[in-house]
Amino acid sequence: MYKYSDFDEAFVRERAAQFRGQVERRLSGALTEDEFRPLRLMNGLYLQLHAYMLRVAIPYGTLRADQMRQLAHIAETWDKGYGHFTTRQNIQFNWPKLTDVPDIIDALADVQMHAIQTSGNTIRNVTTDAFAGAAADEIADPRPVAELIRQWSTDHAEFQFLPRKFKIAITGSADDRAVIRAHDVGLQIVEKDGETGFRVFVGGGLGRTPMVGQELRAFLPKADLLPYLEAIVSTYNLMGRRDNKYKARIKITVFENGIDAFRAATEEEFARIRPSFEGVDQAMLREIEAQFALPDFEAAPVEFYERALEVDPLFRSWASQNLTAHRRADHAIVTVSLKAHGETPGDASAEQMRVLAEIAERYGYGELRISHEQNVVLPHLRKADLPAVHAQLLRAGLATANVGLLSDIIACPGMDYCALATARSIPVAQELATHFRKIGLEEEIGALKIKISGCINACGHHHVGHIGILGLDRAGVENYQITLGGDAGPATTIGERAGPGFAYDEVVPAIERILRAYLALRADRAESFIEAFRRLGPAPFKEALYGEARDAA
Amino acid sequence: MSRKFTPKVVTANDLRMGDVVYMTAAGSWTRDHAEAELIEDEAHGELRLLAALGQPGVVVGPYLAEARAGANGPEPVHFREVFRTRGPSNYPHGKQEAAHV
Repeated sequence: MYKYSDFDEAFVRERAAQFRGQVERRLSGALTEDEFRPLRLMNGLYLQLHAYMLRVAIPYGTLRADQMRQLAHIAETWDKGYGHFTTRQNIQFNWPKLTDVPDIIDALADVQMHAIQTSGNTIRNVTTDAFAGAAADEIADPRPVAELIRQWSTDHAEFQFLPRKFKIAITGSADDRAVIRAHDVGLQIVEKDGETGFRVFVGGGLGRTPMVGQELRAFLPKADLLPYLEAIVSTYNLMGRRDNKYKARIKITVFENGIDAFRAATEEEFARIRPSFEGVDQAMLREIEAQFALPDFEAAPVEFYERALEVDPLFRSWASQNLTAHRRADHAIVTVSLKAHGETPGDASAEQMRVLAEIAERYGYGELRISHEQNVVLPHLRKADLPAVHAQLLRAGLATANVGLLSDIIACPGMDYCALATARSIPVAQELATHFRKIGLEEEIGALKIKISGCINACGHHHVGHIGILGLDRAGVENYQITLGGDAGPATTIGERAGPGFAYDEVVPAIERILRAYLALRADRAESFIEAFRRLGPAPFKEALYGEARDAA
Repeated sequence: MSRKFTPKVVTANDLRMGDVVYMTAAGSWTRDHAEAELIEDEAHGELRLLAALGQPGVVVGPYLAEARAGANGPEPVHFREVFRTRGPSNYPHGKQEAAHV
C-alpha cells in the first residue's frame, strides 16, 4: 500500500499547520466567516445543522489497519464515538468542535491521512472499486493510477478555483463497481492489442440534472492519462459556466456545447500540452505501482471453510451473501455490512473500527477498503480463516448477511445532519430495513438496490437505485418521490419518477406495494427486481403504487 | 402586496461549538428555543438580525426563523427548525442529549 513520500509528509504537515493558524485567526477575529469559509472547506470542514462536520479523505477507499485505529481514536477523543462512511469513500465525523479540529487534523497526519480537497470547487477524492487489487475480474489494479491522480490534482494551481467541484472515478473491471459514468470524469482500464489504456467518460453526474457520462475517448494510451485529464479539466475551467451554480458542473458544459465540441476543444488542448509531459509522471507511476504490489499471499487449504459452510447455517448465509470471488481460489473478498437492520447506513462505532483493524491485521495482510456503497471491505482473506473472522464480526455486530439485498441501502445523512437537506433519509432507511425483516420478505425479494437522498443534490445516488427515494420539502412537510429502474452498474441508467410523492409515513407501504407487485410478476426466483422491471416496464409498478384509478384518470 | 409578517426568532450556530443557538430579548445567546425572543414586528426583526450579524466572533450564519408563541415560550414552526431544537433522529445526540442532564 502507498506510503507517503517525504514530499507528501511535509505537504500534509504544512497544510495542518496552516489550518491551525487559520482557525486561530478566525477565533481572534482576524478572519471573517466569509474569509474563513473557503479555507475551512478546502480542509473538509463544514458547518451542518447541529454541529461542524469534518470530512476526511480515504484516498481510493484504501485504509491500513493503523489508520482505521486512528479513526476510532479520533471518534472517541473528539467526536461521539462513531464515524460515518460515505458514497465517496470518505469518513465524516459529525460532532467536532472548531477548536478541536486542528488537533484532529494533526492526528490524521500522524497516520498519513488528511481532509484536503474533500470539499470546495476542486478535484475531490478519486474513488475506485472497493475490490481493486483483489477482484478476479479486473484487468489491472486501478489504485496506482488513482494515487497518481491524487498527487497531480492535490494543490494543482490551475484547478483550485474550478467553476464547481470535480469528481473522478476509476475502475479496473468491466463490471463497474465505482459508478464511473455518474462522475465528472470516469475512467475504465481497458486493453487493446495487448496495450493497457483507458476508456474515458465525461459529463456524468447525479444531482438536480442527472446525466450519464458520455464516451470522450474509446482508448487512451496509459502514458497519455495526465495530459489528457489536464486538457479535460482546463477545457472545463475555461468553458464551464460560473454565472449559475446549478449550471456549473462539467455535465452541463458538455451538454450545452455538445460532446463533439467539448472533445474537439479537449483534443486541441491535449495536443498543445502533451509534449510538456516528458515521462516524469510515468516514472512516478512506476514507483507508485511498486508500492501497490500484492501481499505475499499465504496458501491455505479450503477444506475447513467448506466444512463450516456445511455445518453452520449462519456462516453459510453470511458467506453466500457477503463474499466475492478473489483472484486466488483459496482467498475471498469479504464485504462487512455497515447496514445492520435498524442501524444507520454507513456508521461504524469506534469499537467496530478497532475490531475491523484487528481482523485486517491478523487475517487480512493489514488492508481495509471502504466501498461507495458505505460498507467496509476486507479485500484479502484466506478462506480457511473465514469461520474465525465471521465469529469475531458476529460479536461486534458486524456480521449482517445482507450485502446486495434490500436493507443494504445507500442513504445520505439527510436532514438529521445536513444543512442542505430538505427531508430526512436515515430513518427511512432504518424503517425499510426493519419492516422487511419483520415481514420476512428480504431474502425472498433478493438482489435489490434502494438508494435514498434527502435533497435534490442526490448524495444518496437515488437516481441510480433500482428503487430511488428522494426526500423533499413540500409546503413545510417531508415528502418523498420514488424513482424506478435506475442502475449504477456498467449499463448506468437514470431511474424515472413514478409519480406524485408520498408522505413520510407512506413511504414504507409504498415500497412494499412495488415489491409485492414484483413478487407476483417475476418470471421466477432468478429474475431480479431490476430484470423484471426492464422486461415489464414501469406500468405494473406504477399501478401497484397508485392504483388503476390514477392510470385511467 | 406585502405579506403579513409572521413571528420569528434569530437563530445561528455557535462559532466554537457549532451547535444551535437563539438570541434572547437581552441580546445574549441561549441553547433553548423557548428562551428566544419572539419577534413580532418586521422592522424589529431586521434590527435584531443586524445585531446578530454584528457578532461574528460568537455566532455563524444568523437568520430569522419562523416561530410561534407556545405555553413555555417560542416554538419552532418548520420541521427543519424542530430538528434543530432536538438533534438527529438516529442517535440521542445534540440538544436532546443535553436535555436530560
